[in-house]
Amino acid sequence: MAARSGQRGSTAVAASLAILLVLFVGITLYFFIAKVWWYPPAINDFGREIDAQFTRTFIITGIVFVASQLGLAWVVWRYRSNGGRAQYVEGNNTFEAVWTTAAIVLFVGLGIFGRTAWAQLHFNSIPQGAMVIEVTGKQFNWIFRYPGADGKFGSILPKYITESNPVGLDDRDPAGADDVVTLTLGVPLGREIELVERSQDVTHGFFVRELRLKQDALPGMLIPVHFHADVPGDYEIACTQLCGSGHHRMRATLKVMPEAEFEKWLANEKANQ
Amino acid sequence: MPGAPVIDEIEIPPSDRGSGGSSSAEPPRGYGGGDGRGGDGEGSPFPRSASSRRVYYTGIWLALAAILMFFMALVSAYLVRKGSGGDWRAIALPRVLWLNTAVLILSSLALEASHRAWEREQAAVFRAWWATATALGLFFLAGQYVAWRELAAAGVYLATNPSSSFFYLFTAAHALHLAGGLAALLYVLSRDWMRLRATAGVAAEVAGIYWHFMDGLWVFLLLVLTLGR
Amino acid sequence: MAAHASEVHHHAPPEGFLWKYIFSKDHKVIGIQYYLLAVVAVFTGMFLSLLMRIHLFWPNAHIPGMDGDFTPEKYLALMTMHGTIMVFMVLTTAPQAGFGNYFLPIQIGAADMAFPTLNMMSFWTTFISFACLIAAFFVEGGAPISGWTAYSPLSTLGSISGPGEGLGQTMWIISIAFFCAASLMGAINFITTLIDLRARGLTMMRLPLTCWAWFITAILSLLAFGVLLAAGILMLLDRLAGTSFFIPGGLVVSGVQQTGHTGGSPLLWQHLFWFFGHPEVYIAIVPGMGAASHVLSTFARKPVFGYRAMVYAMSAIGILGFMVWGHHMFVSGMSPYTGFAFSLMTMAIGVPSAIKTFNWLGTLWGGQIRFTAAMLYAIGFVTLFVSGGLSGLFLAQPSVDLYLHNTYFVPAHFHLVMGVAAIFGMFTGTYLWFPKVTGRKLNETLGKLHFWITLPGTYAIFMPMHWLGLAGAPRRYADSTAVSYLPALQPIQWFISIAAFITISAQILFLFNLIWSLKFGEKADENPWQATTLEWTIPSPPPFDNFGGHEPSVYRGPYEYGVPGYVDDYLPQHVEPGKLATGSA
Repeated sequence: MAARSGQRGSTAVAASLAILLVLFVGITLYFFIAKVWWYPPAINDFGREIDAQFTRTFIITGIVFVASQLGLAWVVWRYRSNGGRAQYVEGNNTFEAVWTTAAIVLFVGLGIFGRTAWAQLHFNSIPQGAMVIEVTGKQFNWIFRYPGADGKFGSILPKYITESNPVGLDDRDPAGADDVVTLTLGVPLGREIELVERSQDVTHGFFVRELRLKQDALPGMLIPVHFHADVPGDYEIACTQLCGSGHHRMRATLKVMPEAEFEKWLANEKANQ
Repeated sequence: MPGAPVIDEIEIPPSDRGSGGSSSAEPPRGYGGGDGRGGDGEGSPFPRSASSRRVYYTGIWLALAAILMFFMALVSAYLVRKGSGGDWRAIALPRVLWLNTAVLILSSLALEASHRAWEREQAAVFRAWWATATALGLFFLAGQYVAWRELAAAGVYLATNPSSSFFYLFTAAHALHLAGGLAALLYVLSRDWMRLRATAGVAAEVAGIYWHFMDGLWVFLLLVLTLGR
Repeated sequence: MAAHASEVHHHAPPEGFLWKYIFSKDHKVIGIQYYLLAVVAVFTGMFLSLLMRIHLFWPNAHIPGMDGDFTPEKYLALMTMHGTIMVFMVLTTAPQAGFGNYFLPIQIGAADMAFPTLNMMSFWTTFISFACLIAAFFVEGGAPISGWTAYSPLSTLGSISGPGEGLGQTMWIISIAFFCAASLMGAINFITTLIDLRARGLTMMRLPLTCWAWFITAILSLLAFGVLLAAGILMLLDRLAGTSFFIPGGLVVSGVQQTGHTGGSPLLWQHLFWFFGHPEVYIAIVPGMGAASHVLSTFARKPVFGYRAMVYAMSAIGILGFMVWGHHMFVSGMSPYTGFAFSLMTMAIGVPSAIKTFNWLGTLWGGQIRFTAAMLYAIGFVTLFVSGGLSGLFLAQPSVDLYLHNTYFVPAHFHLVMGVAAIFGMFTGTYLWFPKVTGRKLNETLGKLHFWITLPGTYAIFMPMHWLGLAGAPRRYADSTAVSYLPALQPIQWFISIAAFITISAQILFLFNLIWSLKFGEKADENPWQATTLEWTIPSPPPFDNFGGHEPSVYRGPYEYGVPGYVDDYLPQHVEPGKLATGSA
């Protein structure tokens, strides 16, 4: 008697659970495939490389995701209690070996495949003739410094830091006389940029979505990264490492301009300094 | 395999093992290591009273593993920090440390002597050596204090330089752990012989393991502080 | 240790309320104490997250009882405390110290833990830690704002770097230090108990998977918490004694030059923290894996599929867990070659995780699934673990992580895989074992209702966070419209907030069920689920010494369900082979 009503209950629950899982898979897949909310187009080949690796990862995890969730839905529905006895199976070493091997090949293989994108940013040395720009994080804004015509940064010291001299330029150092300090990161189109990250106080995170570039700026360290941008426009720079109460408002703009426009912009910044 | 007589395959355990509650004071062999249950063969061949003694050996080794991880974290911090800042100035280690180290090693030797006396069931000799080991331990702590005073007199404090920070930290953390060991040694000293025998010397042996470990740990830390300067 | 040498287990129950319920040395009381602490903590943590969601939804809301405006620093303080409370006081206490304390000794046929006094000290140290953490809200400057990861130098410079970074942060570190000590005591106790106090015939390969999970978790705790303790002491010295372990020189904070420090390494803190922090993730989730395996087998009426593979997979996860901490630091300025090595190790963790998932499906395959509330939560655990685990494959690759690191993709990932999945592990344990602990079943209808809201609700909260992350929304922002591309994503934030409100409200059902069933629940006998392991051989609730002074014997593995040729569809571990014949069909 109890077993019978238990069976009816079990059919309803099994059906609901299976439907819930199928719906969940469907909705999730829809939003991932329709790309309702998605990353913006990359503005250099490095970014596109990362996107390709993302797509590869998405396909593999997507297949595993759909297979396991729908598999779960199916066994939940198929093997609901009908008052009988379960099959007495303790395991199957062949199956274990198969899915262990499959998982190793898929997951580790994917990791090795992703090496190229990572290598471009970090293993490969910075190309000759890259334009060096320094970025300093502080609570709560970014400061950029260009070396000027001499191509050399002037020395800086913490004790010189004031409102009007935010990076602490030593005015006795002639190399610093033509340094340009800005609050916007202007870069010439297509030119290789070496960005040297530093921080004055706590740890900050430099992030530009369209460059697919993120790197923490740690105090006490100089961390170089390099990039180039192939599409002109304004892009948001956000802080992605918790740096205090103003973390969310620590932002700046990356301006990608044709070479001539960039020169004009830099000269203008210098004049307004 | 429906219908297969699985029940026949079920392992039949060894029929009987001495009833629990046996109070035979047979001392456990080794320091809690070989418990004979690692494999798949059988469960515990020990009566409950033996396993309840055995837990102290297992427990102390686990505690030492945790303590070792703590000090390894400090030592790796030491090595990383030394290579990272460019502000590292090696400090001159107080000479008294070498005397202290000798004292601590002697203390361990005294404990070993007392262990031998234990095996020969010489109560008075056991106590004498145990007391010696304890006294030497106290002497070591006092010596470490002297070392601190010496450094302070030379103007080297905790925050003077990362090397001095680590020196004070290593010595203090070790001294704190050693003080725990001293408390254990004193505890054993306070128990009378018969009671110690009745528990098969668990307290004495466990305290001994801890003490030897603290001794070895100190030598290791001193090596880091001298060779890794 | 030696102080306990004379204290061989005495089996007389203690007298008086204080010794029976407060300073009890009985593993069952301590287990319940841990569980209740976790319940208080989890509701506190959820409440904090609710306030955060309200703030993101309605930035100018005035919260009754909150002084003044809902400022960004208050948001960050809530976030820090939410993370810390959930990770330490909930995910590390209930699954391991709560259920483990209660059921490890019983499942292995022991009368108590190996060191009852140490066990009591461990709980009360945890309690002090919790009290100390909560007190951080009420000190000058309020709770810390540096997140549960407390990256230096934000966490080391004192109140100049932000409100809450004064006394609040100091309280936080002290709390964590206490917690480390408590966890180490607990770990020693768990491992010793499992190694030395197993019943006759209970070999390692006959242990319930719950016991394996607690054992592996305890080993992780033993090796990880000492490192966090060391790091915490270094941080405390940096804050209070003027040392420079983690604070570099030449800093200018809020226009003030910091002269007291030189040369410290913020990266050093990150290494030490994550050396602990990644195993901590497994400390949170492995007991859930054990509970889910246990329940799936019990209610599918089938042996666990690939028992040995499950054990090896859990062990592999534990071992690999110590080699992958660097994947939290791909964007921290670590050597890129090291980063790549960490990445491959991390991808490798996917392998044992996949083995476990397939074995769970294999356990259900061919079963006779009984959809109890406990079973629903175990199935929920599997689906959450898969969903949350797979996003780990994105974050484990440094190239893809470059984009996704510290975006909402990360909270989406870890909340699913170690947060809610572990909580589902706790739910499944609660619905399974409540009858054993109290002698009454939890109300199944309420339990199922709770499940039907919680599982979809959880997905509604955390799946959309993936899309926020893909769109580049950084986490830990007090204002979800702060950056130019964020306002367009605000509808997702609203949706999440509403889903969170509904899901959190549904947890009242659970709380109500716990209290109501304690008094009015259906009475449960010794073995209400027709299960096989030792906890179902003793009365519900169990007597003070569990097995009434005799030591049970074990004759077979833990999951003998549906054994062909045997009359019942379950064959308990303790039934003597000689007595089987009478019951044969």
